[in-house]
Amino acid sequence: MTTVANQRVQPVSGTTASRSWRWMRENLFSSPFNTIITLFCIFVIWNILEVILSWAVINASFGASKEACEVAAGACWAYVHAMYRFLLFGTYPAAEHWRPVIAMIMLTSGMLLSMNRRFWSPWLAVAWIVGFIAVYFVLAGGILGLTPVRTSQWGGLTLTLVLAVVGIAFAAPLALLLALGRRSEMPLIKVICIVVIEVFRGVPLISVLFMASVMFPLFLPTGVSIDVLLRAQIGIIIFQAAYLAEVFRGGMQAIPKGQYEAADSLGLNYWQKTFKIILPQALRLVIPPTMSTFISLFKDTSLVVIIGLFDLLAATRAAVNDPAWRQEFIEAYVFIAIIYFCFCFFMSRYSNYLDNDLKKSTSH
Amino acid sequence: MTEQSRLADRESVIQVKKMNKWYGDFHVLTDIDLDVKQGERIVICGPSGSGKSTLIRCLNRLEEHQEGDITVNGIELGDNVKNIEVIRKDVCMVFQHFNLFPHLTVLDNLTLAPMFVLKQPKREAEATAMKFLERVKIAEQANKYPGQLSGGQQQRVAIARSLCMNPKVMLFDEPTSALDPEMIKEVLDVMIELAQEGMTMLCVTHEMGFAKQVADRVIFMDAGQIVEENEPHEFFNNPQNDRTKLFLSQILGH
Repeated sequence: MTTVANQRVQPVSGTTASRSWRWMRENLFSSPFNTIITLFCIFVIWNILEVILSWAVINASFGASKEACEVAAGACWAYVHAMYRFLLFGTYPAAEHWRPVIAMIMLTSGMLLSMNRRFWSPWLAVAWIVGFIAVYFVLAGGILGLTPVRTSQWGGLTLTLVLAVVGIAFAAPLALLLALGRRSEMPLIKVICIVVIEVFRGVPLISVLFMASVMFPLFLPTGVSIDVLLRAQIGIIIFQAAYLAEVFRGGMQAIPKGQYEAADSLGLNYWQKTFKIILPQALRLVIPPTMSTFISLFKDTSLVVIIGLFDLLAATRAAVNDPAWRQEFIEAYVFIAIIYFCFCFFMSRYSNYLDNDLKKSTSH
Repeated sequence: MTEQSRLADRESVIQVKKMNKWYGDFHVLTDIDLDVKQGERIVICGPSGSGKSTLIRCLNRLEEHQEGDITVNGIELGDNVKNIEVIRKDVCMVFQHFNLFPHLTVLDNLTLAPMFVLKQPKREAEATAMKFLERVKIAEQANKYPGQLSGGQQQRVAIARSLCMNPKVMLFDEPTSALDPEMIKEVLDVMIELAQEGMTMLCVTHEMGFAKQVADRVIFMDAGQIVEENEPHEFFNNPQNDRTKLFLSQILGH
């Protein structure tokens, strides 16, 4: 890619090596001052790299044995190797680990497919609902001869993905309704939406989760109980929907008055105007902040640890406390940091791609 | 004249009686009486802030009036949402800033309302759309997006979009004011052609040449009132009111 770009700027001459040498001379060593800065940066980068490399690679132990780790000065990857199932699946019964694998594949492939604009239709919503029901039964079992597994045993990355994907899938439509409601001219609907948005935006997610777990059951009649995972999930959905609603509302406010008037003057009714004219433009405008909200939703799922759910981060913390190993916490945290980063970075790249793709199709 | 007799026995499409409108304390429109016959071409002019845009925007309820009656095709225009929807199918508006839908192609801009409001099948709506795009001489742009067209082209698309609704009345709200000078003619030509085909038109514009050429009646507004109205020859050559004279000397003087 870079060579293609270079070729466009300057005529091709010499080998790749000589061209890159010229590039360096022009950009990195063009003056004594630039040369000093360049050398200083190389020095700093080298020092940082050296520390990381010697820990993660040079002095690390890659063997699977615990004993090799005792002598290694660097990272002990055997630890991650021994623990990865626990990090991915939590306390899910070991014999049934293929089920969370299937569930995770379903969730991630569902996400990947939904990113493709060709599949954007009302049928996608139907497919998601069917998909969620399937994921639930794959994990919970109890049908088709699958061993029942209680939701309190779901854990690790599986739980994180369930909370995040279900959270995004339900928070987005709820946010849309809240945003429309807040802009509605019907006083009752408007007041309800404002109250929901402001209350949930006004408190930390931790307290929402805490209320869902501790306070909420007090209001239920005795004998009735709602699964704690479901309660946490609903808490996450409403909390993020409140944030997202304001993002969407901002987008709608940015649409010029003339668009509403043109839709009105053509006789479109409220829903036609909203779904055909306003929202397609408004949502396009707010792709970056929407994705930002999704990314923070993904990471905020780690807060469910305070109500006893065992997500990726909680599983890691438990693994770190395993007395059989020396305190190998860095390796485990590096491992899950990479996992979190991959998901979040991917979402961020997708947001950029979608933004550019949509702009490209309608601009000059 | 012959133009007047042409309209004498026609039915009224729009009747406005004693209409008043306020923005807060500001009295925008005062005692407006207006009767529009079928096929009539009316040009409304006046200094800026005189309420001429507000007047035509009241006729399809983009603005609410507070007093008086507006009847379109015999249907009372008021708070009744059903009535408003019925009237909007018949009364289309062309805006100063075109207001095309930027996320849709030209063709989709034209077919959206016929498909969702008039419940036309897609094929029929597209055929109609192409017919009107050809009429405004822009059929080759059907699959482009509005942002890729010039102002004059966009305004012609906007006119075609209105025509696809097969309206009984067309309202033009300063359709050439936002255009570069060299593009005004292409839009006016389309409007003149429409007028000659007998479309009922109310047009807020400063294009006095257009008024002289096609209008059956010119209405002059000032400070929210209809000050003077007459057929164009009389209006331009023999204005009665001092305010009309002043206005005409200002816009025709140079």
